[in-house]
Amino acid sequence: MTVLNDDIRRGEVMIRDLSKSFALKGQRLTVLRNLSLDIAPGESLMIVGPSGCGKTTLLRILAGLDVPDSGEVRIDGAPVLGVGTDRAVIFQEPRLLPWLTVLGNVAFGLEVRGVPRTQACERARRYIRLVGLAEFEDAFPRQLSGGMAQRVGIARALTVQPEILLLDEPLGALDAMTKITMQEELARIWREEEVTMVMVTHDLEEAIYLADRVLVLPGDKGAQVALVDIDLPRPRNRNEARFVKYRQNLMARFGLH
Amino acid sequence: MTIQEIDSGPVGAARTGEDRIAPTLRAVAGRAGDFVTRYGVLVGFIALWQVGSVQGWINPAVFPPIDRILAALWDGLVGGSLLEDVAISLQRSGIAFAAAAALGIPLGLFMGQIPVVERALDPILQFFRQTSALALYPVFILLLGLGETSKVFVIFWATLFPVLLATIGGVKEVDRKLIEMSATFGARRLTTFRRVVLPASIPPIFVGLRLSATTALLLLIASEMIGARSGLGFQVMNAQYNFQIPKMFAAILLLALLGLAANAILVALQRWLCRWADPANS
Repeated sequence: MTVLNDDIRRGEVMIRDLSKSFALKGQRLTVLRNLSLDIAPGESLMIVGPSGCGKTTLLRILAGLDVPDSGEVRIDGAPVLGVGTDRAVIFQEPRLLPWLTVLGNVAFGLEVRGVPRTQACERARRYIRLVGLAEFEDAFPRQLSGGMAQRVGIARALTVQPEILLLDEPLGALDAMTKITMQEELARIWREEEVTMVMVTHDLEEAIYLADRVLVLPGDKGAQVALVDIDLPRPRNRNEARFVKYRQNLMARFGLH
Repeated sequence: MTIQEIDSGPVGAARTGEDRIAPTLRAVAGRAGDFVTRYGVLVGFIALWQVGSVQGWINPAVFPPIDRILAALWDGLVGGSLLEDVAISLQRSGIAFAAAAALGIPLGLFMGQIPVVERALDPILQFFRQTSALALYPVFILLLGLGETSKVFVIFWATLFPVLLATIGGVKEVDRKLIEMSATFGARRLTTFRRVVLPASIPPIFVGLRLSATTALLLLIASEMIGARSGLGFQVMNAQYNFQIPKMFAAILLLALLGLAANAILVALQRWLCRWADPANS
């Protein structure tokens, strides 16, 4: 494994005419309709929208966990066929293995790809430090708080050094204060690791805090999707006038004030 | 950023008292209290039996005093007459239990993983399971003769189902989200099975093993009461025919102890395999 300091890492996503519908009580429910989008390498894209708008579906298609009805997704030019080692997923729940320690869980992703244990653990330790859990390496998941468990999940995804990090409402289940801390950490990790980050969120402030661009999926399928560029310097200040303005604009899109 | 504290129970609670000299004393008192609440009823039952039998409240010919039962147990074990029975009973139930685990766990893991196989085999398994092993014992005797083989087989037959069904259920109940997580890291199916499904199935497998162990001893006695010349079940019946009531109770007591020992071994093994779930580990 020589990818440890691989600086030609990419992570470009091309989405073309993507459609997906589900059968629900005998009716077809279209969640994505002819969606086309390009995500640049190293970009941070946040996906927002009301419940049932297809945010998670889009993320699962990018992850290769769901198959679109039509259209395609290409990563660095190659079509997505199922899950791939160029992507790592962080779920809403940490999904840790309760019988493994923090170290074991973080090394898991590398070990299942056949990286020898000592090497996997070495790399895992680096990312455990990055998420600030060095002291808890030998703890078991049930000894961790919700925020700590989610950090372990993040470290596990980073350890495999993906080109693209896919996050499905990773902070949705955390309390308000832990959430803000974790948003700051995600911003730092994204900057340090230079990965492409695609994240689904319910939280508009979180979206503005982390995004280069925000993809707004409408609840009404007739309506158009919208892309909002967030042109603010980093690290961002949530109370700054322009930040507040972005938030008001986004809220207005959903009829909120 | 605090590690969640695990409550340390009455001993730890005692330590928080203001008095700095008394904690050891209190710990001892606490432990004695624990013992009384846990084993008080059992000790009371034994004492009542002993006194009741000696005083003639209950018929001592049917319920001999505990000391005579223990004396009969001592004679049987030291004299060797019961020891041989213990050995042969352990052998019968041990072989049957080992065979049931050796077949039931792998078959259960396989069936739980492959829905088609599970669907196809489930009806016949349910049918066999509901057919009493004791009712089938005459069939096994016809097929295998009245020797050791039919005895071991009838125990094996009854012992197989708890562990097999618990294993199938355990594998099917493994959290889909963990399996999906494993898949997103590019784990192959066999790797996910080894790293996720198998460890997650260990607790339910042990529930099945403990049920199987109980079943094995139950069927052991039943099979030894029919056409046997040795074994603890035979001794219970034989002592009763010859009106050696203390010896009969000694054999019953031994059976209870065997059951407790089997359960304790399985619990210890499970604790060891599932150290991650042990609160004492934190």
